[in-house]
Amino acid sequence: MPIVLRCHPGIGPAVSGEALVARDNFSARYDLDRKAGVFSRPSHVLAGQSYAGRILVLNEAKGGVATAWMLREMKERGIVPLGLVFNRVNPILAQGAAFGGVALVDRFDGDVTELFRSGDRLRINPAAGRVEILDRDF
Amino acid sequence: MRLTDEEEAMRAGAFGEPRRWAIEHQIAVGEFFDAADLVPVAQAHIMADTESLGESGVRFLESLAAAPAAERRVRVPTLTDPRGLDVAVYKRLGQSEAMRALEARAIAALRAFGVLMTDTCINYQTIMPPVRGEHLAMGDTGVVIYSNSVFGARSNFEGGPSALAAALTGRTPRYGYHLDECRRATRRFRLATAPRDLSEWGALGGIVGRACGSYWEVPLIEGVDAVPGSDALKHLGTAMASYGSVALFHMPGVTAEDPHPSLPRLRGREGALRAAGLQSETVGRAEIEAFVASYGATGDKVDVVVFAAPQLSLVELAEVADALDGRRVHAATTLIVATSPEVKHAADRMGLTSRIEATGAVVAAGICFYQSYAGEMAEANGWRRLLTNSAKLVNIIGGYGYRPTLANLERCVASAVVGRIV
Repeated sequence: MPIVLRCHPGIGPAVSGEALVARDNFSARYDLDRKAGVFSRPSHVLAGQSYAGRILVLNEAKGGVATAWMLREMKERGIVPLGLVFNRVNPILAQGAAFGGVALVDRFDGDVTELFRSGDRLRINPAAGRVEILDRDF
Repeated sequence: MRLTDEEEAMRAGAFGEPRRWAIEHQIAVGEFFDAADLVPVAQAHIMADTESLGESGVRFLESLAAAPAAERRVRVPTLTDPRGLDVAVYKRLGQSEAMRALEARAIAALRAFGVLMTDTCINYQTIMPPVRGEHLAMGDTGVVIYSNSVFGARSNFEGGPSALAAALTGRTPRYGYHLDECRRATRRFRLATAPRDLSEWGALGGIVGRACGSYWEVPLIEGVDAVPGSDALKHLGTAMASYGSVALFHMPGVTAEDPHPSLPRLRGREGALRAAGLQSETVGRAEIEAFVASYGATGDKVDVVVFAAPQLSLVELAEVADALDGRRVHAATTLIVATSPEVKHAADRMGLTSRIEATGAVVAAGICFYQSYAGEMAEANGWRRLLTNSAKLVNIIGGYGYRPTLANLERCVASAVVGRIV
């Protein structure tokens, strides 16, 4: 039986994929090498790791408005996170997800960086405000 | 979300495709944040530099801009944030013809909407200062925090697509900093030292921003003895927004609003603040110096010295000109000063530009360095060690492969002259 977690209704399509979890924050402009598809900011917990096709599970969205344009551009090039699962986002990430058609959910009961583990297979249903962990039951 | 008849018609496409797209986007964002309705805005401000737009974003702008004039014209005065490139200096900065061509396409599309190409992140100092209570759709975090805090205007961070949507509909979803309940202080800081220059005001913003770490936190900063000037508040706010995604701060006696209107104003206020859970966190000299030192690299060769982020006011530009007078920037170091087109014209007229350029420095207009293909510039010019007096810039630029150092204007200039960080 998958574990089902509830959150605020989100944005974007329903997706399934592998989680990449870190207790850190996020900005496409500040943190990413968008050509290589890796976290490039040296002080980021995920520095050097690839985000393409993964469901990013992070704490908050950081300053910088560029992410609002960038998610769509990243998606068109096919080097983009499959989904975004955050504790709480700022308007920019929500606007970027809406503009780019990227799945985004936030506002869970509990800390997403503890609820989810890297490698978990997740199914996100933003419209329903639901995330399932498909491959573990504890 | 409640929609008016006009908004429903917009959604149904009665006012054309650009406004239909715009209101659909606003409804998606508004519902995500539980907005009850849309609120009319007085101005919009669009961040649309080509580095973040990319080919994809430019094509999107062009597709909307191809609509008939009546369907694509913005409904409120709409300004632009800095561009990706200044045609007067792009070659010297190692930017390419492809970047220039993409920039020209973005500008043509934005002009077709009737956007005013101000290309500035200091529009509150140079174009049209906001008014208390005014609802806005501002597209730069530094502009939002200054407008909300110093003027008491009301804006969320509006990314490029959302600011364009607001310009096209003349309204924005009513959530976040449009609402009274989001504007109360949630964190409390006591300043136990006086920041000595703009880099230290930025450092203070960085410390408070890091501690808050969320768009939804509103810091109250007490203990400010002397009223900081506009440039100090600019560096404070932009750093707070950059490090913490903070969009509003209160500084009693300086900023526009009462930080906690529900609490008793005079006697018993301290007790009431404590009862509200707002214990004070102190920021002193040691914290500010430790913050600056965390970016220290004394003795290192410096590749590029940048005065930007935000663009310089006329007063800051005059200070740079004074500090550089009679000196020469080291041959192996590039010094860049970025300001708005309005300030650049004034600086040209007043002889400030020629004084700065006589030292070998570059004065750029309508860009803000980090939005200008910073990674490609680093590669083209072999830049790695960057020195600046902007706390915001040292926070941003690491992701582009730079090693940033924070110092005040005098140290930045002295380092530029000898080619090493002094």
